Amino acid sequence: MSKFNKKKDAALPAVNTASLPDIVFMLLFFFMTVTVMKDSTLKVENVLPNATEIKKLEKKDRVIYIYVGKPTREYEKTYGTESKIQLNDKFADASEVGDYILMERAKKPQELQNVLTTALKVDKEANMGIISDIKQELRKVNALKVNYTTYEGDAFRNLQ
Amino acid sequence: MPKRGAPPEVNAGSMADIAFLLLIFFLVTTTIETDAGLDRMLPPIEPPDTDVIIKQKNIFQVNINRDGQLLADDELTNIKDLRAKAIAFLDNGGAPSGSADYCSYCKGKRDVASSDSPAKAIISLKNDRETKYGTYITVQNELVGAYNDLRNREAQRLFKRDFTDMEAEYLNPETPDNVREELKEKVKRIQDLFPQKLSEAETSSN
Repeated sequence: MSKFNKKKDAALPAVNTASLPDIVFMLLFFFMTVTVMKDSTLKVENVLPNATEIKKLEKKDRVIYIYVGKPTREYEKTYGTESKIQLNDKFADASEVGDYILMERAKKPQELQNVLTTALKVDKEANMGIISDIKQELRKVNALKVNYTTYEGDAFRNLQ
Repeated sequence: MPKRGAPPEVNAGSMADIAFLLLIFFLVTTTIETDAGLDRMLPPIEPPDTDVIIKQKNIFQVNINRDGQLLADDELTNIKDLRAKAIAFLDNGGAPSGSADYCSYCKGKRDVASSDSPAKAIISLKNDRETKYGTYITVQNELVGAYNDLRNREAQRLFKRDFTDMEAEYLNPETPDNVREELKEKVKRIQDLFPQKLSEAETSSN
């Protein structure tokens, strides 16, 4: 029985922490993969409409984003409550859209320049007037492929 | 015997394996959110060289006013009925059998006063500057839906599969090349049966 008695004397063994880095790395990788990098902070309200007949925007590097909507509360004082266009981090006028597209297009690699899509992320409360102006500008710079970005859902809910 | 009596250490060598297993599991199962929406092509700005004369009966005019009311072919229409109306127009196939435009796969009423064939039928969408974007998207969605419904019907008949399903697989970059080649032809064939001719006129300002 002496075998068992001796055990009691031993000090509490230290917990092995050799795998702690692994766990930390695992968490790190997990968060790295699930977080979507936002390249511009939204300054406009952006509740997209719903649609059912949607197609996915597959390749992120081939997309140029344009945001439209009412300025959020903190910008309301300076920019009013009318719908505004946001390009990158700035509010812009419809006439600046063309230049912005050309600039963004120039940044992309040569082989992608002809297959770019313009994603219009427009708040559902916005008026079509501003959209028409944007469309007109897009046509001027020959950026004809557009995607009206929407959520997936019943389209009739937009009407309420 | 120096270690005698001390409790045996737990072997932690496999902990890293477990961690990697979990990591790989999450990597595989999480999908990074992708944007989705309605794809549309804008008309080029330079006017076509020759003016094409389109018969009035081949145009389905959709007007949205500032209050979100809909005028489809000069009739006040509920948006919920728009899809059915658009399908009836596209699928009409009014050209008499024997003529060049005759549409053999159309299942419509073959009304002489409506469109000749899906290839000739054009839907023209017009909106006011004050129209809400949400309403506009709903109308766009219904019109694209009308095309998709018809294309699905033909794809089911020819290939026993939905067109939208085939197109999604064709556009998916993960689809192997040989499958994609095969799909390309099928998708093209269905698209030719019901070409999407949705013209967006410039907005009226009054």
